[in-house]
Amino acid sequence: MKYAVECRNISKNFGRTTALSDINIKLEKDKIYGLLGRNGAGKSTLLNIVTAQVFPSSGEVKIFGETPYENDRALRHLCIVKESGMFLKDVNVGDALDIASSFYDNWDNNLAERLLREFELDRRKTYKNLSLGMRSQLGIIVGLASRAPITIFDEPYIGLDAAGRQLFYDALIEDYMEKPRTIILSTHLIDEVSNLLEDVIILHKGTVKLEGNSEDIKNKAFYISGIKDSVESHVSGKKVLNKEEFGKTMAVAIFDSISEKERKAMEADDLIISSVPLQQLFIFLTGGKMIKRGDMNE
Amino acid sequence: MKIPLDENKLIYMQIAEVIEDAVISGELNEGDQVYSTNQFARLYGINPATAAKGINLLVEEGILYKKRGIGMFVAEGARNMIVGKRKTQFIEDYISKLIREAEKLNITKEELIDLIKTYERGDK
Repeated sequence: MKYAVECRNISKNFGRTTALSDINIKLEKDKIYGLLGRNGAGKSTLLNIVTAQVFPSSGEVKIFGETPYENDRALRHLCIVKESGMFLKDVNVGDALDIASSFYDNWDNNLAERLLREFELDRRKTYKNLSLGMRSQLGIIVGLASRAPITIFDEPYIGLDAAGRQLFYDALIEDYMEKPRTIILSTHLIDEVSNLLEDVIILHKGTVKLEGNSEDIKNKAFYISGIKDSVESHVSGKKVLNKEEFGKTMAVAIFDSISEKERKAMEADDLIISSVPLQQLFIFLTGGKMIKRGDMNE
Repeated sequence: MKIPLDENKLIYMQIAEVIEDAVISGELNEGDQVYSTNQFARLYGINPATAAKGINLLVEEGILYKKRGIGMFVAEGARNMIVGKRKTQFIEDYISKLIREAEKLNITKEELIDLIKTYERGDK
C-alpha cells in the first residue's frame, strides 16, 4: 500500500540539539490526523521535512511513494499553511488567491470565494495591512481551497477568535466530506479539534510518544475514582498516569484497557469510571508527571 | 451550532445511542432511513469515520442494515432488540446502584419497593 506520507527513521539535529529522533510514521490517504505536541516538541520541524523545506539529518520521507526533494510532482500534492504566513508582503488578498490557484491542480475557486465571504475578508487589502487574524483567515482559505491531496495546517489560527476557529473547523469537515484528502492538523488546541481527528500522533521531545485512532486511544484512558484502598486494588497492574488523593478518596488516571469483567467489579465496589479527554491525556503523557511501569510508547 | 457531545464518553458510542434512542422513542420506525454518516458528522462536528463507526456498530448488532448505494435503514425487530439490550443495562446501571445505595442508607428492600410504588413523577 502506498501511504500519503511515510517517514522512515527521520532524525534532525540543529548543531548539538536533537530536534527529531528516529521518527517512523505512516499516514494513510484521506484521513484527518492530529499532530499534537507541546512547544518545541518538533512538530514544525517534522512538517518542514515532510514538505521538503528542510533536509533531515538522516532517514527518508516519501509522499505517495516518491521523495519530495526537487520533485515537482510530489510537491504539487502538498499544501502547507503555516503560522508565519506565506505571501509576499505587497500582494493583495485577491492576487494571493490567484497565485495560489495557479499552483494547485485541484484548486476550488468557488470554495475560495465562499470562504472569503464567510470570513468577510477584503480582497483588495494588501498582505502587510492584514491583521494577524486576517492573515490566518487567508492561510485557511488557501489551505482548504487548494484541495491538495495532503493538506497541512501548522497552527494556522494565530489571532483568530473562537468564532473564527469554529468557522474553520466547520468548513474543514464540510469540505473534507465533499473531497476527502489527507489532512494534518498541528495544534495545541486539542480539545477544540479532538472530535475532528480520526488518528492522533503525539510528539514529545522529538520522538513519537503515542499514535493511533483517537477513539481507540480514548478507549484506553480512564479515570477511576472512589475510596482509596478500593481504587488501589482495582488498578494494580494497570499503567497509571496520574494519581490524586483527597482524604480517603483517590482519583487515578490509567492508560490501559478495562475488560467488561473488570468494569463490573469496579462498579460493584462503587468506583466511578470515566474516559480521559484527549487534551488531558496529552497533558499526562507530555507533562512530565509520574508515569509508572516504564514508558508509554505503544 | 453543533450539538454538544459528552467528552467523557466515546463519540461513536454516543452516535449509536442517539440512533437507538430515536428508535425507542418512535422517532425512527423499522424500515426508516437513518441519518447518513455525513449528516451526523455535520450535526455534531465530528470526523465522518467516527460517525460511521457508531453506525457500523448497530449494523453488526443487526439493528440497522445497509441498502447498497442508498443508505442505512432500521431493521425489523430493531426496537425489541434495543429494548432487550437496554433492560440488561438497566439492571446493571440502575437497579444494582439503587440497591447498593439503599443498603448504605439502611433502607430495607420492602421500604425501597414502597418508595418506588408511591413515587410520583414530577412531571405528572
